[in-house]
Amino acid sequence: MKFTEEHEWLQEEGDLIVIGITEHAAEQLGDVVFIELPEVGTEVVRDDEVVVIESVKAASDILAPLDGEIVEVNEALTDNPALVNEDAQGDAWFFKIRPSDLTPMDDYMDEAAYKDFVS
Amino acid sequence: MRVETEVPNEKSQNPVPRLGAPMTDLLKTPLFDLHRELGGKMVGFAGYNLPVQYKPGIMAEHLHTREKASLFDVSHMGQVILSGAPLPQLAMALETLMPMDVAGLGEGRQRYGFFTDRNGGILDDLMFANRGDHLFLVVNAACKADDIARLKAALEPDITVDEITDRALLALQGPRAETVLAALDPAAAEMRFMDIHNLTLEGVEAWVTRSGYTGEDGYEISLPADKADAFARRLLANDDVQPAGLGARNSLRLEAGLCLYGNDIDATTLPGEAGLGWAIPKVRRRGGDRAGGFPGADPILDQLEQGAARKRGGLRPEGRAPMREGVDLFADETGGEPVGAITSGGFGPSVGAAVAMGYVSADLASVGTRLYGDLRGKRLPVEVVALPFVAPGQKR
Repeated sequence: MKFTEEHEWLQEEGDLIVIGITEHAAEQLGDVVFIELPEVGTEVVRDDEVVVIESVKAASDILAPLDGEIVEVNEALTDNPALVNEDAQGDAWFFKIRPSDLTPMDDYMDEAAYKDFVS
Repeated sequence: MRVETEVPNEKSQNPVPRLGAPMTDLLKTPLFDLHRELGGKMVGFAGYNLPVQYKPGIMAEHLHTREKASLFDVSHMGQVILSGAPLPQLAMALETLMPMDVAGLGEGRQRYGFFTDRNGGILDDLMFANRGDHLFLVVNAACKADDIARLKAALEPDITVDEITDRALLALQGPRAETVLAALDPAAAEMRFMDIHNLTLEGVEAWVTRSGYTGEDGYEISLPADKADAFARRLLANDDVQPAGLGARNSLRLEAGLCLYGNDIDATTLPGEAGLGWAIPKVRRRGGDRAGGFPGADPILDQLEQGAARKRGGLRPEGRAPMREGVDLFADETGGEPVGAITSGGFGPSVGAAVAMGYVSADLASVGTRLYGDLRGKRLPVEVVALPFVAPGQKR
């Protein structure tokens, strides 16, 4: 699993990358009350806004960490946004992307580096 | 993940810290150590280091307040005493700065009011109380320096203006507040909404009002700073009382339809359009015994008589997405110019849905009107609704 400085995690799954936000980020956001996911089939480039997250406290968004095509989104989050607070780095994944360029992955942090980053 | 907005500050021009922003140069309240001990997530707010939430989170703290009772630290607010002259003279002096009936306020009673400027805009909103030989004011933290300077400039030397800096201010809010406080001094139960009494709480002389900022029954308690920590712990020892932070304070007041200074009212909003005309009594309006005589009297009274071009009202986004301050409102799904904007908004935990308030052109401000909020480039339906969003719980 890799991590961005924007508190997203990226997990390889075959030729796809699964993306979510970290437990640290979920804790900072507080109770999540609304999530807007991208449409499947959307072509995104790095830093496009792809997800809107609203907590009781704040509005946030996720920027695409990679170029590629959104191939699957986690519909369970639409009905139950609080899943992010329960299992940010597991069941509460946001979307899966078929990357067209994996080179940014090299720049992202491993778990130890991310832990260091947030401490 | 980028965070765009956080819990709004009293004055929106003050920057709200981002996640992880440095907390240097912030003032501490007498409960600072207790907040840390209770796991409070500390943020900068109006120059003070205060908890935005504790471990249970904003949602749980909000719901606990409506169900039982919560303790809020509001020691950042300005406590001001006007003294040095007979009360009628103090009252008349304060009336020169705001369109309220101060002279008619009985001893032991409190009212809501606001300072105005020459254009009729609102400079701050406050509570003012008659304590027999002096007036006691509680003003917003972000405005207190300006308020005190204005009071001193206008009223001294005949009247003494003192900022009270050696007292904490706590709010105990919720339906169980009466039982909790009456266990310490039975006189708490005898107080009516907007009374102010001296109570002896655990041996501490406290100035207590029956009021608050949540839409619930409750009290605001001014007590010596050096007694505040022990007193707060005593309240929290009651199973019905949990600590609550600024986040819950904001969502509670929003559901209660109460204005946040800097968001819903400021120097660009007049009382009439803000829906605060109820606080300006007949005696200060044209034809009244003490008509006018406060800054901005003409524009304020004109607007009350002639009606405002825009009005503050409740707004319910029809979808699940919260709409926060700054969202523009339109009459139609496409085209046209904005007909208003949201000034406060978010998720209402007790309503279980997105709630907001804002200003809307008067012809579109009637309850039931459907408008569209521009959310990230999409126009989503919003309905104009009556305020408050939840039934008031105060003991009137």
